[in-house]
Amino acid sequence: MNRILASARTEFIIALRNRWITIAVIMMVLFSLVLSAAGSAPTGALGADKLSVTVASLTSLAVYLVPLVALLMSFDAIAGEIERGTLSLVLTYPVSRGALILGKFIAHLAVLAIAVTAGYGVAAIAAMVTDINAMQGMPALLRLFWTSILLGATFLGIGYGISAFARRPGAAAGLVIGLWLVLIVLYDLGLLAAIVADDGGTFTTHYFPWLLLGNPADAFRIYNLAVSDATAAAAGLTGAANSISPVYALISILVWPIAATTLAWLTFRRVTP
Amino acid sequence: MCLTLSQVTKRYEDNTVLDAISFDVKAGERVALLGHNGAGKSTLMKIILGLIPADQGSVSILGASPGSQIARTGTAYLPENAAFHPALTGQEQLCHYLRLRGENPRKAMPLLERVGLGAAAKRRIGTYSKGMRQRVGLAQALIGTPKLLVLDEPTSGLDPVSRREFYSILDDLAAQGAAILLSSHALTEVEARTDRIVILSAGIMVANDTLTHLRRRASLPIRLQVSAQNGKADEVARKLSGGRRNGVMVDLVCRSDEKLARLGDISALGSLVDDVEVIPPSLEDIYSYFSKGGQA
Repeated sequence: MNRILASARTEFIIALRNRWITIAVIMMVLFSLVLSAAGSAPTGALGADKLSVTVASLTSLAVYLVPLVALLMSFDAIAGEIERGTLSLVLTYPVSRGALILGKFIAHLAVLAIAVTAGYGVAAIAAMVTDINAMQGMPALLRLFWTSILLGATFLGIGYGISAFARRPGAAAGLVIGLWLVLIVLYDLGLLAAIVADDGGTFTTHYFPWLLLGNPADAFRIYNLAVSDATAAAAGLTGAANSISPVYALISILVWPIAATTLAWLTFRRVTP
Repeated sequence: MCLTLSQVTKRYEDNTVLDAISFDVKAGERVALLGHNGAGKSTLMKIILGLIPADQGSVSILGASPGSQIARTGTAYLPENAAFHPALTGQEQLCHYLRLRGENPRKAMPLLERVGLGAAAKRRIGTYSKGMRQRVGLAQALIGTPKLLVLDEPTSGLDPVSRREFYSILDDLAAQGAAILLSSHALTEVEARTDRIVILSAGIMVANDTLTHLRRRASLPIRLQVSAQNGKADEVARKLSGGRRNGVMVDLVCRSDEKLARLGDISALGSLVDDVEVIPPSLEDIYSYFSKGGQA
């Protein structure tokens, strides 16, 4: 346990020095503020409180930003150590590879939690200042917070796995950006195209919901929007996925971090420095 | 026995990197591992550390297998060109390593002072020179009381004074009973500082002995450098049937068992000779002899 914390502590110092914490916080706060300002218009029309509307906007933001920040922090974790030559030394220490990667995971997740708290906090304050009923949206915001952390955990795990697999930071960086593009952007577009082509056939009714749940980002979006009052504010694919039970989405959200970090650990175990 | 290697073999596809290497290192013994680049030194060290497996043969570290908890707890490693995260300070980096070994991080400063980095402890490693990074590497290798130290080219990047300090730290460790295996390119450097020398050549162990024994076994020719009186170099060269080098010097080469007889010949020339210098085979010659598989 102490060794995991030692590894976490050092990673946190490195994240602080590398300005990762500053960059992540600024990114989240900036985007949250922009969304809060842009989302102030439709409040009256929907009849929902301001914070719930903000949460719906933040959900769409988090789907893009949280995986991106997580991948950017994690792609260098193992490949960078291989390239610097620090990995061969640390692997001769009486500490397991699982403990090393868990330490990094804890530190990076803490950075992500700080950034997410700052971003959502600013958005919540902005909503509360302008709407006295905003407290009604608090449960939705808390849900968004912990599901964002789980989404981040998933992509940290994926990032470590890619880092260990690629072995070189340059290759790892390319792979994570490619993966982000595929999972976050192209995946939904592909599904949409398939639905249009299928025109209400077996794909749409049988496979589409599962494909949507299989993607951690989509599961995150479905869960947050389905259980919030602000579903009406959601657009695009998620509207089409209204029939999916949020329970399945929750399972996907919970299983992904475990699966991704286990896969990262298994990949890391095969690395010879 | 702290380290025992028996018939250790490593192949990469068709290329045999290490071929049936067997030797051991006892507690308190300092063994130098010599060889050219690519001779297999680093590969052998990585096998000892459990970073890569051997294809054949066995390695025993403190009675345990490489990479096991016992082996890793008792072994300290200093990699070639020790590297650390540039964003951390020397002190933070060492605290990290202390914690990973389950030691008190307060020991970081005394360790850094021991390797002469006390003043730079709070500076980022990114600002350190190569020699300073090497010292951080040494400091981390001193954590706890390692029973076996594996040091890969530990003095590369160190100036002569730092090298001397480094070897005196090694002497202390060996005196406390640590077994030390260090690799180097230069025989001159490890000459007085190690108890035994192992020479690898293209993955084959060509020597495993003390320097005195190696010198005797190689029995390389000895050079005698005779300074003749002014203008008498030709005459001296003719009488000794040696080669003239310049106006005053005559070079002779002989086997070690011929040395005394040749010196007798020289002294018989009396006043023709000004001085005579006996030059034994250099350490480089001996190293070169063994690393070429016993051909001078």
